[in-house]
Amino acid sequence: MPSDLLKLAGVHTRIGQYHILHGVELAVPRGELTMLLGRNGAGKTTCLRTIMGLWRASSGAIELEGRDISKLDTPAVASLGIGYVPESMGIFAGLTVRENLLLAARNGPLDEARLDWIFRYFAALKKFWHLPAGNLSGGQKQMLAISRAIVEPRKLVLVDEPTKGLAPSIINNLIAAFAELKKTDTTILMVEQNFHAARSLGDSVAVMDSGRIVHAGRMAELAADAALQNRLLGLSLEAHQ
Amino acid sequence: MRTLLSGDLPRSRMLSFLLAAIFFCLALAPFLFPGTRSLDVAARVCVFILLVASYDLLLGYTGIVSFAHTMFFGIGGYGVGIAIARLSPSWSAVAVGTAAALLASLALSLVIGLFSLRVKAIFFAMITLAVASFFAILASQLSGLTGGEDGLTFRVPELLRTRIAAYYVVFVASLALFLALLRVVNSPFGRVLLAIRENDFRAEALGYRTVTYRTIANSLGALVATLAGVLYALWLRYTGPNTTLDFAIMIDILLMVVIGGMGTMYGAVIGATLFVVAQNYLQDGMKVLSAALQGIPLLPDLFHPDRWLLWLGVLFVISVYYFPTGVVGYLRRR
Amino acid sequence: MKAGRFDLIPVALVAVVTLGALGLIRTPSTWVTLTVAGLAMGLLIFIMASGLTLVFGLMDVLNFAHGIFIALGAYVAASAMKAFGGGLAALAPAMLGAMLAAGALGLLFERVIIRPVYGQHLKQILITTGGLIVAEQLIHVVWGPDLLPLERPEALRGALLFGDVALERYRLAAVLVGLAIFAAMALTLNRTRLGLLIRAGVENREMVEAMGYRVRRLFVGVFAAGCALAGLGGALWGMYQEAVTVQIGAQMMVLIFIVVIIGGLGSVTGCFIGALLVGLMANYVGYLSPKIALGSNILLMVLVLLWRPRGLYPVGKS
Repeated sequence: MPSDLLKLAGVHTRIGQYHILHGVELAVPRGELTMLLGRNGAGKTTCLRTIMGLWRASSGAIELEGRDISKLDTPAVASLGIGYVPESMGIFAGLTVRENLLLAARNGPLDEARLDWIFRYFAALKKFWHLPAGNLSGGQKQMLAISRAIVEPRKLVLVDEPTKGLAPSIINNLIAAFAELKKTDTTILMVEQNFHAARSLGDSVAVMDSGRIVHAGRMAELAADAALQNRLLGLSLEAHQ
Repeated sequence: MRTLLSGDLPRSRMLSFLLAAIFFCLALAPFLFPGTRSLDVAARVCVFILLVASYDLLLGYTGIVSFAHTMFFGIGGYGVGIAIARLSPSWSAVAVGTAAALLASLALSLVIGLFSLRVKAIFFAMITLAVASFFAILASQLSGLTGGEDGLTFRVPELLRTRIAAYYVVFVASLALFLALLRVVNSPFGRVLLAIRENDFRAEALGYRTVTYRTIANSLGALVATLAGVLYALWLRYTGPNTTLDFAIMIDILLMVVIGGMGTMYGAVIGATLFVVAQNYLQDGMKVLSAALQGIPLLPDLFHPDRWLLWLGVLFVISVYYFPTGVVGYLRRR
Repeated sequence: MKAGRFDLIPVALVAVVTLGALGLIRTPSTWVTLTVAGLAMGLLIFIMASGLTLVFGLMDVLNFAHGIFIALGAYVAASAMKAFGGGLAALAPAMLGAMLAAGALGLLFERVIIRPVYGQHLKQILITTGGLIVAEQLIHVVWGPDLLPLERPEALRGALLFGDVALERYRLAAVLVGLAIFAAMALTLNRTRLGLLIRAGVENREMVEAMGYRVRRLFVGVFAAGCALAGLGGALWGMYQEAVTVQIGAQMMVLIFIVVIIGGLGSVTGCFIGALLVGLMANYVGYLSPKIALGSNILLMVLVLLWRPRGLYPVGKS
């Protein structure tokens, strides 16, 4: 579809002798938040890493605005305007919060307006501005990781399980921040296991199982169909509040 | 023949021919190549085949790079040297010295293994380098015991005083130990080592405690190196820092095992033969070449007999890139 | 390397060693001489080792041939000093020449020897050792196997007298140069974007690439700079010894490895403190009990590892 920012077609990824992605077909519409759901080991993280070029797709096409990026190396992919928040967050513990953000702002000095926005939702970052990021708590690190991905305008932001291991209050904080971010016309592809977050934020949804996309559609439809949820994910969105 | 070689056949006609030729030459060396120098070369080949094979156990089969191998070689030499010097040139002294050396090597290798085999390969390599240097310094400092820089010259038991008899002792012992190593690497133990080398995560996941296997391999290699040291000292009737502990020897071992072929055992045979023969005879050839190139700038220096290591070094680098399986691997693939 | 609560314990360790030595040596004048010698030696080792630790931290590459850049620097400096008359004026071209030659060889080395084996540790160790052999022999070809003298310029000979204490001019100069280089490195790492990139890359290379930076390219630059520093260190050390042999690199490599391990692979601060400790130990123990001098440093390494298995200032790898 012409309004798709990112499109994966027939993507296979092999790591060593393990064949993880088996012909992934995924469309990420522009300006929306697409949720990538699935059980553990379904290949969601591998999907994101393949898009970023951290793992090479052995076959298939990955198109960003119509241009095939599957053969590009990671720095090239990132330079096209893709931000990445990995599951492990990738915080540079020895660098200060400020230095972490500075590094993420490749194209110039830190934008004041953006920083204000970030501080509004992630106040802790202001408090720890000149302190090593290693001192931050888990939730604060996640805030920093997300902030890094959006400190400059990006075409696409890939987020891998942002709510993992966080307290409910912090999760709500994150959800609010993402909801606000959606208004800025940033396209987001998010992997999540927390269904409350998924349901609140997702516009479109894709479900993975064993390296394949087994369902794609609108989040609203999936949220309304308990039987479908059960079949795809083994439990209902309701039960996971 | 199969059982003798523990099922590890050469698997290549050319290789079998080479190995047979080398075996033949070594077995009949006193008669084929009379003369003290050639017999000396043959004995060195025997010792180094054994030493390099023991290193192959570590490098080729377990994937450990250690720079401390010459230390164990030296312990063997010094063990028997000190024992004879202190006691008497008798077989009992040899036995005592060998036993003491083996014990020392076992203890050291276990300590090194358990302490550093848990860490990354590079860390381990650096630590072995530090330990080996320490030992070398120790050997030259404790001159009362070890003869310092000059080493120890000593007399050997009756039987070994005739060159030919001594040679055959070295030859038979080296052969026996080499075949023993072949047995080890072709046993279930050896197969686990190979699995660990390929992918230690997987091996660990399959239930093999890699640290244990690595430590045993490390110690086994050390022990055989020690015995090689004993043989060498008995042959030379001398032991000293420059025949055993010199870092140059460690480099030589690396060259031999890589060029010959890592992880094959037979690579040690090919590599050691190639190297020791080159060390002794190539230089003559280079002298001729160098003289012929007189007048051209730089070239005579490049081919100066003292620079033979340069060419072997180049061969080594090329081997690591293009022939990671060495001569043996190359011959097997043809 | 900076800000927050800086871990001062290792720094305290240096003070402890220094003061402890005073207790053992008793004569203050000897102690001062030894301390200056120890600091000079330590700082020179730091110059030689800093490149190695950064290269390892950044790209997981251990260059066993590092010693050859030290040797090359020393040889080039020896030739240059001779060519330019051996006085103070010859120092600049000698040192610059050493750095340029070592840096250039470093670029070549990275391209030919190291690049093909990224990520394969075993092959790296083997190939850099091979490179070491070949380079060492080539040095013999160019400069011959004999010892080359490397004399200090007139102005840096002799010693300054402070009452009872004689401090060699050259050693003082070495201390100043060493501190200047450390300061320059600290500034670059902490206040420039380049430094930021290096520090982040040492911690988590993959994430830096995912932020759009070409770490490979950065690595080549850091590698060459590290080699150039090694060359400078070699030149300065050769002048300290007043003679140059090919062994000069190999001799230092054991100490350098000890320093890098003690400091923590990838940490420049760790390397600095480690180098000071090693230099001081070598000189103090060399005076008190020469036989165990090298042994004492190995012992130091073991003790530090038992206390902090990843070195004094471990660099967090995410």
